[in-house]
Amino acid sequence: MRCAVIQFPGSNCDTDCQAALNSFPGVEAHIVWHKETSLKGYDAIVLPGGFSYGDYLRCGSIARFSPIMAAVRHAASTGVLVLGICNGFQILCEAGLLPGTLMRNRGLLFRCEHQYLRVENTETPFTSAFSKGAVLDLPIAHGEGSYFADPETLRELNANDQVLLRYSDASGNLTAEANPNGSLENIAGICSHGRNVFGLMPHPERVCDAMLGGTDGRSLFQSMIDSFEKAES
Amino acid sequence: MANLSATPANPAITPELIAKHGLSPEEYDKVLSILGREPSFEELGVFSVMWSEHCSYKNSRPELRKFPTTGPSVLVKAGEENAGVIDIGDGWAVAFKIESHNHPSAVEPFQGAATGVGGIIRDIFTMGARPVFLMDSLRFGSIDGDSEQAKTNRRLFAGVVAGIAHYGNCIGLPTIAGEVYFDDSYNGNPLVNAFCLGVLRHEQIARGAAKGVGNPVFYVGAETGRDGLAGAAFASRELTEESKADRPAVQVGDPFREKLLLEACLELLATDAVAGIQDMGAAGLTCSTCETASRGGTGVEIDIQLVPQRAKGQTPYEVLLSESQERMLVIVNKGKEEIVKRIFEKWDLPYAEIGTVTDDGMMRVRNGSDVVVEIPARSLADDGPLYYREAAPFTPPAPLDLSTVPQVDPVEALPRLLAHPSIASKRWVWRQYDHMVRTGTAVLPGSDAAVFIVREANKILAAATDCNAIYCRLDPKQGARIAVAEAARNLACSGAVPIGVTDNLNFGNPHKPENFYQLRAAVEGISEGCRAFDVPVTGGNVSLYNESPVGSIDPTPTISMVGRIDDAAHITTQAFKEAGDLLFLLGEIGNELGGSHYVLAIHGRKEGAPPALDFDKEIALHQTLLGLIRKGLVRSAHDCAEGGLAVALAESCFGTSLGAAVDFGATTERPDVILFNETQGRIVISVKPSQSSALEAELAKGGVSFRQIGAVTGGSDLTITTGKDVYSWPVAELNGVFEQAIPSLMEG
Repeated sequence: MRCAVIQFPGSNCDTDCQAALNSFPGVEAHIVWHKETSLKGYDAIVLPGGFSYGDYLRCGSIARFSPIMAAVRHAASTGVLVLGICNGFQILCEAGLLPGTLMRNRGLLFRCEHQYLRVENTETPFTSAFSKGAVLDLPIAHGEGSYFADPETLRELNANDQVLLRYSDASGNLTAEANPNGSLENIAGICSHGRNVFGLMPHPERVCDAMLGGTDGRSLFQSMIDSFEKAES
Repeated sequence: MANLSATPANPAITPELIAKHGLSPEEYDKVLSILGREPSFEELGVFSVMWSEHCSYKNSRPELRKFPTTGPSVLVKAGEENAGVIDIGDGWAVAFKIESHNHPSAVEPFQGAATGVGGIIRDIFTMGARPVFLMDSLRFGSIDGDSEQAKTNRRLFAGVVAGIAHYGNCIGLPTIAGEVYFDDSYNGNPLVNAFCLGVLRHEQIARGAAKGVGNPVFYVGAETGRDGLAGAAFASRELTEESKADRPAVQVGDPFREKLLLEACLELLATDAVAGIQDMGAAGLTCSTCETASRGGTGVEIDIQLVPQRAKGQTPYEVLLSESQERMLVIVNKGKEEIVKRIFEKWDLPYAEIGTVTDDGMMRVRNGSDVVVEIPARSLADDGPLYYREAAPFTPPAPLDLSTVPQVDPVEALPRLLAHPSIASKRWVWRQYDHMVRTGTAVLPGSDAAVFIVREANKILAAATDCNAIYCRLDPKQGARIAVAEAARNLACSGAVPIGVTDNLNFGNPHKPENFYQLRAAVEGISEGCRAFDVPVTGGNVSLYNESPVGSIDPTPTISMVGRIDDAAHITTQAFKEAGDLLFLLGEIGNELGGSHYVLAIHGRKEGAPPALDFDKEIALHQTLLGLIRKGLVRSAHDCAEGGLAVALAESCFGTSLGAAVDFGATTERPDVILFNETQGRIVISVKPSQSSALEAELAKGGVSFRQIGAVTGGSDLTITTGKDVYSWPVAELNGVFEQAIPSLMEG
């Protein structure tokens, strides 16, 4: 699987994502500069975390105008897997590839810590390697991760099973205390109607190595690889 | 200096103007003799900043020469360049340094702290190293209570932490360790010391020298504005009630620009285009031009009109002395200019060719056709004034008279100690820092030392930063010795061997003989410690004039120590691992309460003599522990510091919510002395029961005193027995107090 990790000015999880992806046999991840205009030949695209354009104006609002975004849109429309992590999720929302928006955390402070999440839907290319209802431990690190959407959008997301991850406690309960940022309905990650675009606030690439405190992120990337291989065969 | 920007463009050089620039009449005479004429207004400004303590170390340099700075692993020595460089094997090296931003943070905590982080990161990538992690050492006045002072301190604390988070998070560097202390000696004068470490290949070491006569001089990075005007001179004065008017002397940071600058510079340094590179930090364009010329044995000539500028109508004086952030000076090999242009255009960063390297040794600044500065570069950078200040004679502190310290029931005292903001959990702080970006943090903040895996080099590093300023106030030399020993002990507890030290010397006004004594004694203590552990000092920073209207700060010589761990299996943390594991104390139970946090937090006194320290014993302890760790015998290791054995045991329980049952045996000492004394050279370790005989056999060989003190339990209590007295606390309750102390003060 050839994977493009888009490097926007201010991306800072680009090489982390690249290293995590390259730790899977058969995956080849490349950093692609945002001024490029083609993503031809890539089987999956990752928009990594960071502070694209310094988060100026609004997180992701400038990056969505980067030249590469036309190619990302095109790829998404043809069913290529597009994963947005943290700032990447914010960019996908700003670009209209995912519904809703991410606002300042409740409590206003940046939060970096391990967080439990419940897997809501395993029938997607990003979550097929998880078991439904599984509780994951993934790190979060954001100041603007409070998911918001209007009631109509929320209804649609739920009706179409597009919410893939919700913040939970260790037992999988969706409590208010377990919600680190005030996201509506504890939403931590959503996918597109077509299931091939996924944005999430937590950082799966940070828990792909037991030495770094966990491996719960691996199944997410594994799901993408499985999905790609299934499509190929 | 605050009003200088309002000064007419070419004022007459009067004694008042000279005094306003912080130059003494003797220093001004030296200026006259160097130039052989009266300086221009711009030249006066240049001398003022270059000869400030911040840039010239004129009060501290003779003392700093006492540090051990050499060793087989030292690739770039302290003082040679922006940061020292240490070999870590296989052709890889680390560059690291700590630097203060105390004064800016006192008047504008958010930007002051943010630009402190930005500055130290630039120092590291200027060396050609890729920055990989950050640490911070912070000091504030008390944040407890409703007084105006406490409110101010909370505002400063919140602002500084947010500023560090803003810069470090955005640029994408994990802040993985640090320390925060609260004490009223820092009222009005908080300390913000920022540390950065980077990695590089030996052949990538970049130099800040203007080499090659005729080579073009490039300015790259952010445009110059009026912010941070003469900040170096501002940092070299005492803070007063009027210091708020100095806010224009505080720079405004843009971490996004710095991220781009970092990537662009590293990309540029990977080519053959660069002859020399220097960041524009303190004293901005002035310092970078004359330092590169001085190091290169050359001259540099620049034209102010070619400098990218943010504001219209800036005078040459303002452009020269601005401390606008995120700027670098690059000496480019002639003929390679296109490479600079290509890379900086890729990253959308301003750049401009602003001058050339000359052979006449002069720092020459033109404003179009007018020459506004013409000074021998060496005289600015290296021939500044040097002062041998007077040190007051030292009276050793009287030992603590225990009979004057009423006994407080340990059941009550331990939670109070754990709730003292200096001891309490700093989660509120590091939760605001991205401490996991760059996916290398193997031990998260909160253990004795942070551990970081440098993937590209396949090396494991550990880092700790330490200074107990109460000890330093009571006995500066002893306090400094202990700071070095504690940093080394913290590294040993994580499984690391120390490889280098960077220090941040924070003191009061050196004109006061008692302050100068503190500086001298601390340097001697650090030197002694570093020689004992055979670790070089690779550089650091001196911050003097840390005074507020109520007096000098407690002397705070912060020690940041970096270590290496040879094998991932050796990474050790302080948290207990499993019920049933046996607990051993390496070192003595001890009985020294002088300068302890028990006496401070419970009795409100900073008194007595700090604990004794025996370097030979300390080294034997660390080597024995490392030997045990390498043999796989140690499940957890935790150093005993502020709050003594009881606090150390409680902290080890918190990580995994296990309990512990401990018995210190028969004793004639008071229980509070046993539980809370701060005798040095003590480490609590846990070990699997099946390995305890192997452990004891190893310990017997090591010549380190030790005793089995109990076991980790699956129960919910920490129980400590001393003599006939038994004390018990629910771990969850202690943990709650420990975790909630700072959030409840900050969030109410």
